Amino acid sequence: MADFTNGFWDIYIAVLTLVGILGCAVLLWSQSKQKVLVDGEKATADATAKALTTGHIWDEDLTELNTPMPRWWMILFYLTIVFGLVYLVLYPGLGSYAGKLHWQSSTAYQEELKKADAEYGPLFDKYLHQDLKVVAADPQAHAIGERLFLTYCSQCHGSDARGNKGIPNLTDQDWLYGGEPETIKTTIMNGRNGQMPVMGPVLGSDQAVTDVANYVLSLSGSTHDPIRAVFGKEKFANCAPCHGADGKGNQAIGAPNLTDKIWLWGGSIDTVETTISKGRSNQMPAWKDFLGEAKVHVLAAYVWSLSNDPKAAAQTAAPADNAPKQ
Amino acid sequence: MSQPQPHIAVVKMYKAREEIYPREVSGRFSRLRWLCVWLTQLVFYGLPWLSWNGRQSVLFDLGARKFYIFGLVLWPQDFIYLAALLIICAYSLFLFTAVAGRVWCGYACPQTVYTEIFMWIERRIEGTRSARMRLARQPWNVEKVARKGGKHLAWTALALWTGLTFVGYFTPIQTLVHEATGLTLGPWEWFWVIFYAFATYGNAGWMREQVCKYMCPYARFQSAMFDKDTLIVTYDGVRGEPRGALPKHEARAERGLGDCIDCSMCVQVCPTGIDIRKGLQYECIGCAACIDACDSVMDKVGMRHGLIRYSTDHAMKQGWKFKQVRERIFRPRVLVYTGLLVLIVAAFFTTLAMRTPLKLDVIRDRGSMGREVEDGLIENVYRLQIMNTAETARHLRITVHGIDGIALATSNAIDIDGTTSRVVPVRVRAPGSRANPGSNKITFELQSLDGAKLDVREKAVFIVPR
Repeated sequence: MADFTNGFWDIYIAVLTLVGILGCAVLLWSQSKQKVLVDGEKATADATAKALTTGHIWDEDLTELNTPMPRWWMILFYLTIVFGLVYLVLYPGLGSYAGKLHWQSSTAYQEELKKADAEYGPLFDKYLHQDLKVVAADPQAHAIGERLFLTYCSQCHGSDARGNKGIPNLTDQDWLYGGEPETIKTTIMNGRNGQMPVMGPVLGSDQAVTDVANYVLSLSGSTHDPIRAVFGKEKFANCAPCHGADGKGNQAIGAPNLTDKIWLWGGSIDTVETTISKGRSNQMPAWKDFLGEAKVHVLAAYVWSLSNDPKAAAQTAAPADNAPKQ
Repeated sequence: MSQPQPHIAVVKMYKAREEIYPREVSGRFSRLRWLCVWLTQLVFYGLPWLSWNGRQSVLFDLGARKFYIFGLVLWPQDFIYLAALLIICAYSLFLFTAVAGRVWCGYACPQTVYTEIFMWIERRIEGTRSARMRLARQPWNVEKVARKGGKHLAWTALALWTGLTFVGYFTPIQTLVHEATGLTLGPWEWFWVIFYAFATYGNAGWMREQVCKYMCPYARFQSAMFDKDTLIVTYDGVRGEPRGALPKHEARAERGLGDCIDCSMCVQVCPTGIDIRKGLQYECIGCAACIDACDSVMDKVGMRHGLIRYSTDHAMKQGWKFKQVRERIFRPRVLVYTGLLVLIVAAFFTTLAMRTPLKLDVIRDRGSMGREVEDGLIENVYRLQIMNTAETARHLRITVHGIDGIALATSNAIDIDGTTSRVVPVRVRAPGSRANPGSNKITFELQSLDGAKLDVREKAVFIVPR
């Protein structure tokens, strides 16, 4: 993959770099000796004396010295030039030349990921082979899960996991798709896409929507208009295919239970009317590719533990469940 | 006789280092310098071996980002103390350079100290100045190989030990030495030990005064810190010139000669190879070896000390006695530096002593501004980042103030281990009616439940939806 639209720029960079480095070498070499015109016998002393100043004189007696550099300094400078050239043979730097070692930041990243996996992989793999309820009872897994949650889940679900408008509360017993540990893991792995269809046109009128809203509120014993609720009950047949005739919801498709006081988008009459007439769209992202199954496993156990007591679950679980699967 | 012919001569603009063979010297200042060598090196080599609280007393754990200095555990948030320490170092440098010139260079600088040690080893193995010069001229025979080889071996051993000790400030030295002897050091440890060993061997064994003359920036700007009352190594030209050698019994004054007998001892002992009789030069590192040398020669010829001595520009120009010089030591510049230094050092230690080993950061959840819960209460969610910088575990209690009736809905008690930080999500509830709509300023207070009486407060904002 070319970095530039035109191959000229690669050559431009390479040429400038090499000219610069070799130019330094030329500079060093050319300035390491001075040719001085001298007379006769006192040649050496005269020559050295002449070379020691630049020859300019200001204000009658101000001269600029040109004292020789220490030889070790010159040698070091030459060594840095050699180093620079060797470096540019091994690593990219001259335009699009990839370097003999073929180093790339993307492969460097992959190497780091591999190292991290080698170091942390065994820990997560250990948990991956354990039942989710066993993982939930493990204090170290709990701490890891909490950190994972705070990093990845808390932006939507809140640092306390109690959710927000349109985002479920993970600490209660009300589950849209099911609250068993395996179901929670599936939700996290594959995500969910909950759609409340637009029922306004289906019901026909704003009056109808209000009637149904009142009936829905009556199902949970919330404040409602009883007369409107009677009318709403007739029209609830439109809602029953998803929410069930009793309004208790359907976890297979994520249709909420309307008979409790837990509301995803709000339980006021206005909010319920909006939900019915305009519909809702809920997205839970899929974490399978981003985190990998091992991390999601620990995370799922943690989320399950927010609404369940892992120790109690461990005691009631059959002994076979607790044995780590090989 | 050849005809003077104009021709081109080629002059090399780099010159190889001329080997300097400093002559052995003993005297007051030499003893003072060796005292400094002992003090600095006992501290440097000894400190990592001391234990404190079950760990190394001084350890700069870069990997865990914690610096342990005896009972003090410094975190990255405490970096300001390093800045203060550097300021203190700078001011003390200004102070004693203003008073006595390049005393750092001559007495305490690691370059000087290690060169001294390496040259001592060289003297023990290769001999006195004349012996060393003879050995250098000699062709390569068994003796030369043995002496030079032995010297380099000794130098390398000391350099490796120095490298190990230096790295031992960053990785526990007992483990390091154990691994080094078993050759099981990790690759980075290998690299750094050898790097510092090579630097020590190279600088102290080979480079020596080349560092002071060409590499060190301090050498170049130190003259800016002198004034006319700075004590510097001075050759008393008025007393010494004109110089000349004479038999002892002859009266020097009658012959019109000064006290300098031109023995050139001051030149022979100089580690940077200068002639102090030409006056103070930038190469002079203020080691006062020439003072010791001249004084011991003066003893032998029966003249008084002080032909080369610590004196000042003013004193030389105005012929002052030492009493007047001493008065001028406490001049305004020195007093100001001292005053500032005392203030900064006092402030540094006071703030360090009063530092609370507990830090609290409050981060409000942004996803939900505020939610309504039962009984008309409004709930906000926060993350508390609690850092316990000390090494003891703590039982803490968190409370919140600022709104009438505000309280935590989650547990008040927080336990935290030593030298760790924890993130604790908390829920805070307040009666909506007793707060302002929108944002309200509140304060979190973290207290220790043991006897330590720690109390940290952090401001935050509580939002009541309008």
